[in-house]
Amino acid sequence: MRKTAADPKGVLSGHHFLDGDHALAEGALAAGCRFFAGYPITPSTETAERFAERCPHVGGLFIQMEDEIASIAALIGGAWGGQKVMTVTSGPGFSLMMENIGLACMTETPLVIANVQRGGPSTGLPTLVAQQDMMQARWGSHGDYRIIALCPDSPQECFDLAVEAFNLSETYRVPTFIMTDETVGHMHEKVTIPPAEEIGIVPRNWYQGPKSDYRPYEFTGKQASPMVKAGDGYRFHVTGLTHDERGYPALTEEQNKKVVTHLIEKIDSNADKIIRLEEKDVEGAEVVVVSYGITSRIVSKAVRDAQTAGIKVGSLRLITIWPFAEKRIKELAGKVKAIVVPEINYGQMVLEVERAAAGKCKVISVNHCGGAVHDPDVILAAIKEGAK
Amino acid sequence: MTYATSDAEFRSDSPMAEFLRMERMPHIWCPGCGIGSVVNAFAEAVKKSGIDMDKLAVVSGIGCTGRVAGYVKLDSFHTTHGRAIPFATGLKLANPDLKVVVVSGDGDLFGIGGNHFIHAARRNMDMVVICVNNFTYGMTGGQVTPTTPQSAQASTTPYGNYEYPFSLPFLADAAGATYVARWTSLHARNVTQAIREAMNHKGFSFIEVIAPCTTLYARRNRLGDGLNALEYYQGDAEIRHGADTRTVDIDFQGKIVVGKFVQREKPTYLEAVNERYANVIGDDYQLYGKTQPEREVEAKRDAEARALEAERMLAEDLPEGGE
Repeated sequence: MRKTAADPKGVLSGHHFLDGDHALAEGALAAGCRFFAGYPITPSTETAERFAERCPHVGGLFIQMEDEIASIAALIGGAWGGQKVMTVTSGPGFSLMMENIGLACMTETPLVIANVQRGGPSTGLPTLVAQQDMMQARWGSHGDYRIIALCPDSPQECFDLAVEAFNLSETYRVPTFIMTDETVGHMHEKVTIPPAEEIGIVPRNWYQGPKSDYRPYEFTGKQASPMVKAGDGYRFHVTGLTHDERGYPALTEEQNKKVVTHLIEKIDSNADKIIRLEEKDVEGAEVVVVSYGITSRIVSKAVRDAQTAGIKVGSLRLITIWPFAEKRIKELAGKVKAIVVPEINYGQMVLEVERAAAGKCKVISVNHCGGAVHDPDVILAAIKEGAK
Repeated sequence: MTYATSDAEFRSDSPMAEFLRMERMPHIWCPGCGIGSVVNAFAEAVKKSGIDMDKLAVVSGIGCTGRVAGYVKLDSFHTTHGRAIPFATGLKLANPDLKVVVVSGDGDLFGIGGNHFIHAARRNMDMVVICVNNFTYGMTGGQVTPTTPQSAQASTTPYGNYEYPFSLPFLADAAGATYVARWTSLHARNVTQAIREAMNHKGFSFIEVIAPCTTLYARRNRLGDGLNALEYYQGDAEIRHGADTRTVDIDFQGKIVVGKFVQREKPTYLEAVNERYANVIGDDYQLYGKTQPEREVEAKRDAEARALEAERMLAEDLPEGGE
C-alpha cells in the first residue's frame, strides 16, 4: 500500500516525556485519526483525555459515549462516514466491544482499538498490570474471522505502533488492536515524535472508478477492496449479515464460505508482510525466550543474567501478536532445546508456541496471574531448566 | 396506460423504483405488516422535501424493521441489535453534512438499545429516529417487548404481560428529544408529514409509528388481520397535538393518542461542540478543516433551506386534525 507523509497538523514533532497512554493518543493523531469515541476505564483513560484535549486543535472530534458498546458502534459509523477512527479501553470494556468487533470484521471496517490491559477476570485488578486478553483479542467475537494485534513494550512503541496499527487497519480493512498493558500505559519515558514528512501514513484506499461499478466488497482472499464513504452518492449498503459483493444479504452456505474464507485469507496470506518480530542472540542459542510487551523488558534482564552464567540463550519479541509468528517459531523449535514463554497470564500465547513447536522442543510456560511484572529470577530459573 | 410485461419492467416501472432497491424485492415482511406503510411514508417525505438523496443515510438495527436499511436506495447500514443509534452518531459526527435517519423497531430501540436512545436524545444529536412500534419482537417469533401493553399475550408472557410498558413519547420528551410525534400506520399522510418535519427539524427527532404485526402479535391476541388493526386505529386513535406526554400511555387495545407532541429549539450536539471550541480556542478550531466563517456560511445556507422547506410544508399542510 502506498504511503504518504503525515498531516503535520496532528504531529507533535520533538522529544517528549510521555506515558504510554498519552503516546497512543499522539500516535493516533499523527496517523490521521480525527474521530475518537470512548468511555472511561482504568488504566486506559489517559489516552481518551489526551485525545479530548488535543483534537480540537487538530481538526478532530472526540465524543465520550454512554458505554463501550456505543463507542465501538460509533467508530464503525465514523469509519463509514469517512474518518480514521480509534478508541481505547481495558478488559471489561474490551469484552463489551466484542459483538461489534465482529460487525467491523464482517463489514471490513478499518478501526483501531487500544486495550491497556489490567488484571482480570471481571473487575479484577483495575490499576494493575496483566496480559490476560491476548486470546480474547483473537477469539473474543463469535464466528470465524481474523484481526491484527500489535504489542508495544514502551511509550515510544505506543506511538510507533499506533501509527502502524492505523496503516495495517487501512491496508487490510480490518480492526487492529494495540494490546498494551497498565505498566507500559502508565510508564513515562522519552518519546521522540519524528517530523511529519518522516511518518509514513497509509491513507484510506478510496474507490476511484465509475459510481455504477462500485462494489463495497470483493472476496479475493488476497487484499481488501477500496472504500467509499456515506454522502458521496454511491448509495451503498453495509450489513452484518452474510452478503454479496454489493453488500446485499445473501444467506447461503456458499456465500458464507466466500465471505469467511476472504476474511481469513486476506490476513493469513499476508502474514509475512504483517508480522514484525525483534530477535536478539537467537543464532546458535539453545534456549529462546519468547515474550511480548512489558514482559520482554523483564526478559532482557533474565537473558543477560543467563548469558553471564554461560547459557546460550536468545530472545524473540513478538511485536505483532496476531497473526501469530508460527512459521518462525516452527523454525526455531527445530534448532533449540527449549522455548521459554513468560507472560502475565495463566498461559495464553504459550499455547500458540506449543502448537507451532509441535513437540520439536520443550516449551516452558512461565505464567503470572497479574498485578505485577515477573521477577526476572523466575524467568532465569526457567531458562536454566530449558538449557538442561 | 400500459402494463409491465416482465418482472424487470415491473420493477423499473414501480413508483418506488427511485427510492427502493427493486432488485431486492420481494421484501421479507408479512401481509398486513405495518412496516411497508412507514417505508412508503418515508419515501414520500423524501420526495416531497426534495432532499438530496446522496446526502441521506439510513441506519437500522436488528429485527423486522431493521431490514428497512437493506431496501432503501440510499447509503444504508444494517448494524447490530440495539446499536443503530450510536452507529448513526458516529456516522453523523464523522460526516456532519449527512442527514441521518434511524429506522428500527421497539425491541431494538428500547429493549437492547434503550440506553443509546436516551443519550442521543439528551445530547440533542441531530438525527431522526423512527420507531415502528408493533409491541413485539417479530423476527424472533413474538416475544414481549418494553412497549407491550399489560395483559397482552406474547410468546414469553403466555399468561399475559404483567410488566409496565414504556410510553415512548414520554421517554423521548423526558430524555431531551426536541421533536416528538406519534402516529399509526393508518395515518399515512401524517406519518409522511411528521418525517418531513423531523428531517427539517434541527436536533434529535423521534417519531413513533404504531403498526400491526398481524402474524404474531395480532394472531396471538386474537385481534384479527391487518384490516382489523387499521379499523382499531381508525376508531381509537385520538389526535391531540401538543398533548402532555405524561398522558399518552397506551393500554391494551385502548385509546391511542397521536399527534405532534413536542417541537422545540435547542442547540444540537455539534452546534454546542462548535460553539464551545470556537469560544475557547478561537480561529485555531477547525473541525475537519472547516473554519468558523466557513461553518457560519454553511449554517446560514442550512437555516435558509430549512425555512424554505418549513414554508412549503405550511402551504401544503394537512387539515387540522389530520386525515
